[in-house]
Amino acid sequence: MENIIELDNVTKRFGGITALNKASLKVTRGEVVGLIGDNGAGKSTLIKTLVGVYSPDEGDILIRGKKVNAWNALKARESGIETVFQDRALTPQQSIVKNIFMGKELRYPFGFIKEKEQIFEANRLIREIGFTSKLINAESPVGNLSGGERQGVAIARAIYNKAELIVLDEPTNNLSLNETQKVFDFVLNVKKSNRSVLFIGHNIYHVYDISDRFVILDRGEVVHQLNKNDISTPEELMKIMRDTIGAH
Amino acid sequence: MSNNNSYLINYFHRNGRALGSIGYFVILMVIFLIGAPEAWIRPNLHQSVFVMMPTLIFLTIPLVFLVASGEIDLSFASTYAVAAYVFALLVKNGVDPAICLVLGIFTGAAIGALVGTLIVVFRLSSLVASLGVLFLLRGVILLLSNSRSITIMEVENHWIYPLLVGNFYGFPMQIFWAAIFVIFCYYFFNKHVFGIHIQHVGDNSVSAEQMGINVNAVKIKAFMFVGIGSAIGGIFTTMITYTFFPTQGFGYLLLALAAVFVGGTPYWGGLGTIIGAVFGVGIIAYMEIGIIAIGWSGEWRQFFNGLIILLALLGHRLHGERVR
Repeated sequence: MENIIELDNVTKRFGGITALNKASLKVTRGEVVGLIGDNGAGKSTLIKTLVGVYSPDEGDILIRGKKVNAWNALKARESGIETVFQDRALTPQQSIVKNIFMGKELRYPFGFIKEKEQIFEANRLIREIGFTSKLINAESPVGNLSGGERQGVAIARAIYNKAELIVLDEPTNNLSLNETQKVFDFVLNVKKSNRSVLFIGHNIYHVYDISDRFVILDRGEVVHQLNKNDISTPEELMKIMRDTIGAH
Repeated sequence: MSNNNSYLINYFHRNGRALGSIGYFVILMVIFLIGAPEAWIRPNLHQSVFVMMPTLIFLTIPLVFLVASGEIDLSFASTYAVAAYVFALLVKNGVDPAICLVLGIFTGAAIGALVGTLIVVFRLSSLVASLGVLFLLRGVILLLSNSRSITIMEVENHWIYPLLVGNFYGFPMQIFWAAIFVIFCYYFFNKHVFGIHIQHVGDNSVSAEQMGINVNAVKIKAFMFVGIGSAIGGIFTTMITYTFFPTQGFGYLLLALAAVFVGGTPYWGGLGTIIGAVFGVGIIAYMEIGIIAIGWSGEWRQFFNGLIILLALLGHRLHGERVR
């Protein structure tokens, strides 16, 4: 199986604190990887390094087997990695359409924006995701949306860009049951189209249900990598997680 | 029906602030018309406004970009004079005025880039840092020029004079250049990647960065644009009056800032309106000249400028608070 992305012994420090210590992780095509760990385990740092928001102090990042230099958020997006950040990464005073195309606007030559095309696509995506309110269209400001609807906008962005790897950082936080189900459906659709998902969650049950493989992170280190076949219930996963963290 | 409603709501969200400043402008015109109809009807009142407005437009519109990006710049009032000084000095030394114009604008861009880099790289407060640069550059100008003005009558005989600041059937040419600048900036702000990125950066710079926008580069470019606008304003004014004088531009500092905010651009970043700013400039320019025209003493100008800033802020508050 082709590796979409690979972190090889990546270390990231903030001042004197080592947030990530020689962490290695890979995501292959068509799989859903669940990343779990306690608060402060380094999940956010790992994600932000993976998607280019932070640059690693040591170690390599490989995209489809090739080492990349000067990794940053724009390069990550151009390599087919889209992220739904925990804070959604939205600009609330701007319209839905501007948010969906943020950083990857459809452009004419000289940088002018294909506004009509963007609005058309955004309206299509809004219907696809299933916004219920008729008062919402592509030109509505994001600030008027509920938490679930904002998550919808962040996901629409990932859908439009047809990413090969979609990173979902705590995507079910503060969502209703119905909205959580929509996120799960989305993950399954991505998998079905032979693309990959890296799913970060607090809720072990959510992560267990959706993932093919689990990566357990503790104090900046990858302490366990398990296949779903290795465990039979979420409780077992929970127990492994507790034991490793305790022993570590 | 609900769909029409939502388009109406969105239209208001996008244009409410601009409509607000247009409303203020209309009210101001009505007051002047009632207060001094004979002065208002005389064309020379509007001619004086037309002379003043272009300079203010070149200063104010780029500031809208910068404020929308979440920063502020006060140093533009000195950049204005530095660029004019470079222009005048080179013209005086026999360099072709067209080349002097280009070099003057380049000076403005370079100062903007330096100020922007200083603020963005060292994470300085743009208000305080640009206040420092405002004084620093003014000091440099006073020292270099020995506090003396430079007269450049020779510029009148060059082809750029009638083209840029000449007279076209009674209208000063600079009003046309200002109009072209406004139209360009309208598209640049609303339909171009540069303007859109500025709005994202000013709205939430963390989000913008996560989406791969180079936040620092966007902000530095916005500072450069302010430098370019100030340089154009300074050089145009120097050509109109045939004179560079070392204190020039200082008077525009507060007027241009007032025009930005009266024009409906909120101070907190992420939003801005070019059309609103044009009417903001209109309000400030007519205020400066209209008070005298209706026969009141000049002392009232500052009073009314202050009053209109406060009224504008209160009015724009009705349009809503910042959403997060």
